[in-house]
Amino acid sequence: MELCDYTIHELHEMMKRREITSRQITESVLSRIDQVENRIRAYITVLREEALEQASIIDQKLQRGEIPLTPLTGIPIAIKDLICTRGVLTTCAAKILHNFIPPYDATVIARLKQQNIVMIGKTNLDQFGMGSSTENSYYGITRNPWDLSRVPGGSSGGSAAAVIAGEAIGALGTDTGGSIRQPSSFCSTTGLKPTYGRVSRYGLIAYASSLDQIGPIAKDVTDCAILLNALSGYDPKDSTSVNLPTPDYTRALVPDITGLKIGIPEEYFIAGMDEEVEEKIWEAVRVLEKLGASYEKVSLPHTEYAVAAYYIIAPAEASSNLARYDGVKYGYRADTYTDLMDMYMTTRSQGFSPEVKRRIMLGTYSLSSGYYDAYYLKAQKVRTLIKRDFEEAFKKYDVLVAPVSPTPAFKIGEKTEDPLQMYLSDIFTIPINLAGVTALSIPCGFTKDGLPIGLQIIGKHFGEETILKVAYAFEQNTEHHKKKPPL
Amino acid sequence: MEVWEYGSVEVWECGGMAVWEKSYTSVPPYPHTSILPYFHTPPSLKMEYEAVIGLEVHTQLKTRSKIFCSCSTEFGAKPNHNTCPICQGMPGVLPVLNKQVVEFGIRTALAMNCTIADYSLFARKNYFYPDLPKAYQISQYELPLAQHGWIEIQVDGISKKIGVTRIHMEEDAGKSIHDENITGSKNYSFIDFNRCGVPLLEIVSEPDMRSPEEAREYLLKLKGILEYLEVSDCNMEEGSLRCDANISVRPKGSTKLGTKTEVKNMNSFKNVQKALEYEIARQIQILEEGGRIVQETRLWDVDQGVTRPMRSKEEAHDYRYFPEPDLVPLVIDKEWIEQIRKSLPELADARTARFISQYGIPEYDARVLTASKFVADYYENTVKLYPNPKVVSNWVMGDILRKLKEHEQADIRTCPITPQHLAGMLKLIEEGTISGKIAKVVFEDMYATGKMPEEIVKEKGLIQISDEKEVAAVVDRIIAANPETVAQYKAGKQKAFGFFVGEVMKATQGKANPQLVNKLLKEKLST
Repeated sequence: MELCDYTIHELHEMMKRREITSRQITESVLSRIDQVENRIRAYITVLREEALEQASIIDQKLQRGEIPLTPLTGIPIAIKDLICTRGVLTTCAAKILHNFIPPYDATVIARLKQQNIVMIGKTNLDQFGMGSSTENSYYGITRNPWDLSRVPGGSSGGSAAAVIAGEAIGALGTDTGGSIRQPSSFCSTTGLKPTYGRVSRYGLIAYASSLDQIGPIAKDVTDCAILLNALSGYDPKDSTSVNLPTPDYTRALVPDITGLKIGIPEEYFIAGMDEEVEEKIWEAVRVLEKLGASYEKVSLPHTEYAVAAYYIIAPAEASSNLARYDGVKYGYRADTYTDLMDMYMTTRSQGFSPEVKRRIMLGTYSLSSGYYDAYYLKAQKVRTLIKRDFEEAFKKYDVLVAPVSPTPAFKIGEKTEDPLQMYLSDIFTIPINLAGVTALSIPCGFTKDGLPIGLQIIGKHFGEETILKVAYAFEQNTEHHKKKPPL
Repeated sequence: MEVWEYGSVEVWECGGMAVWEKSYTSVPPYPHTSILPYFHTPPSLKMEYEAVIGLEVHTQLKTRSKIFCSCSTEFGAKPNHNTCPICQGMPGVLPVLNKQVVEFGIRTALAMNCTIADYSLFARKNYFYPDLPKAYQISQYELPLAQHGWIEIQVDGISKKIGVTRIHMEEDAGKSIHDENITGSKNYSFIDFNRCGVPLLEIVSEPDMRSPEEAREYLLKLKGILEYLEVSDCNMEEGSLRCDANISVRPKGSTKLGTKTEVKNMNSFKNVQKALEYEIARQIQILEEGGRIVQETRLWDVDQGVTRPMRSKEEAHDYRYFPEPDLVPLVIDKEWIEQIRKSLPELADARTARFISQYGIPEYDARVLTASKFVADYYENTVKLYPNPKVVSNWVMGDILRKLKEHEQADIRTCPITPQHLAGMLKLIEEGTISGKIAKVVFEDMYATGKMPEEIVKEKGLIQISDEKEVAAVVDRIIAANPETVAQYKAGKQKAFGFFVGEVMKATQGKANPQLVNKLLKEKLST
């Protein structure tokens, strides 16, 4: 086993014992990148020189006792290329930002830098976070490390693929409608979408502001908790971040769930869902039951409207958030145009992918006068009902357990011609974002073809500790998270 | 740099979604802007018309930092000097509301008798323009900060309440500079983002004004209130006070509204009145000729003295307003409102009443002096130094305000004649050192040089001649030199007396004490 195959907490223990250095870990990760990246293409930017230099500096400082050895010190972390990194190209996988170098760090980046991480690179994604397969990138398709003919999921497909392939020890993703959990499920990583407001969005290039959250993608639950510790907390630069004390999530990791009440939302087991997926979910439920939890079916009656509401609200906000990419101040500008209006139109026509344009058009339409009430306002009302469904359920249950996606990773190209089919792959993750609650995806088995399956554990607002505890208990009693893709 | 305050006025709502719903149940915010059927008047029936005017005033708040970031709001900085990623709308950045802006908004709303919303929202107004870096403006749309207030104005001695429909907060946009002098090519435009994010209050009136005079009075009163509250510099030329008017005409006595036009680009009080006068006349003429008014936005052309169409409403943007998801709903604590209410300064009307009772000056004087906080301050400061309120009032209302009007854009706060100057001069008159006539000379000199009156009097030797012998000598000389006029006077021609006074004053360069001159002339001419 190479250093790049270890978890954050394992490497931390080894560093504590002074057995290894950050430079060694970084070199291991970079050499894995050399071996597999041409097949996987998880990255848009690999910070080879910078990472090595950073690792050396950290090692020296550690040696001189200038910095403390925190659980993240010296650990190579990959960042989804939707999060602003000072001085480092941040493209959103879009042509329109192909040359954008932010003059500032996102709050989460500043926080990780405080812990002296090594930033290893910027990972691929569906352009502006719009997609469920990472096929929709200006920089090419990322492949699933478990089966190179399949997608890694999306939109944080690059981050999930990098982590499971050992191209990074941990990663940051963003989740607007499932973009951390669905690729985690497809790639067999553990990914957590925090409660809306738990992690600052400052520096996250917005897709849909009221849904976006940054979260960790890691090799196991402990790593997830370590990363979440660093990311969480109130940020005065983000009014929607919440001023609540941040717990130490690693302390929630006790493998005891005796007396825990689990709700199984019946609407999450739909006709047409993959049988193997359903089977593994129930298997997982039985594991939890054995550990002392009880479960019951619960109804979230407005689930069927979630995808429809999401595809009104998210594009509406996106149409506004993406309006600033107009070729005036930064990014791509069309070479030839006749006047200002033509410059805007040509630049945007050439700079955005078809999926992005589709959502801008949808959003522009649903916000336009005369349609606002029928679409946007209605969708917001549906959103309220969905949120209430969860509030009701959490009066009775500690967590809800469900599949992450109706199917395992699908073939590259399989759904690109049919956007509606693609949208349905997020059918079980979208309601969580609409409600603003927290959820994670944890590996719970593999199909006969060796494709990973994820279990979704959903918690109430600021219920991260509970879902981490349940996930930890599950993980301690299963082996799925230890399995590596055959590369 | 200002300490940027966060948080205390905000309430966190998960994604805000449960509460957004609430925001769309309110009545449309601009009831007077609805399009009403064309009201046709047969041309043969010439009738009297009245105007219906509503004003939308934008005022720049003089906070030290911008509304959503900590950049300076200083006017006149180098282009793009006062900017940061937030006010430039860079990818990934987020706005955070400046508490001072809300406080100024509440102060203003309370002074205009509005109800402060305990729950209000920011919205995005989406449109493309190079100097709008996010391609949307953060503004308040439905559920503004405050509604349903009024301002009292006086026209021809009659008081009238003008309704204030709403007051809301928003950010300003940047400035495009189309200047071929910089590159020698018309193909380049430059953008200065300094003004981006400068806080604005928009104060929308009811269509309660019936004449350009009322509109002007309303605007003056509004400016006065903003000055008293010290929330804005209210400088129309620098754009810190901007006014658009909605205007329609209708036959007098009719209760239906006519089709309105919106007039923009009126950048002085004089222009507001002129533009409205022009627009009213234009609309009446169209109706008289049997035509119909087109609902449109018109620009006031200062040079030509006309309004001209800008763009028709049909072509206007669809701004696609929706609640700003990057800001939480603004929930204002009642206690905070009460605290601000208690801290409100004495406003113009209260000050008028106090001036009448405290200084015993006429109501007219008191109103003129208190219309502007700074004029009233000036008056009170002068009275402190020279406690003769009526005399000070006469000078301030007369010479000082006239002088400031002569120099357009002049501000009493930067007037070279300070209360010290004026009081010093009034003392010199009282002591008999200078005459009232000489005082006018001293006054002009003070304004031009900023020198203290004593200094001017000394330098120019303007001290009044009160020495009886000295004056008598001149009087004797004049009488001796004009025997014919003396004869006329003695024959009963009273006017001739004035001639002698004038000649004596001329001979002494105006320095002779007038009372003394009068006395000596009367004595000597009657012998």
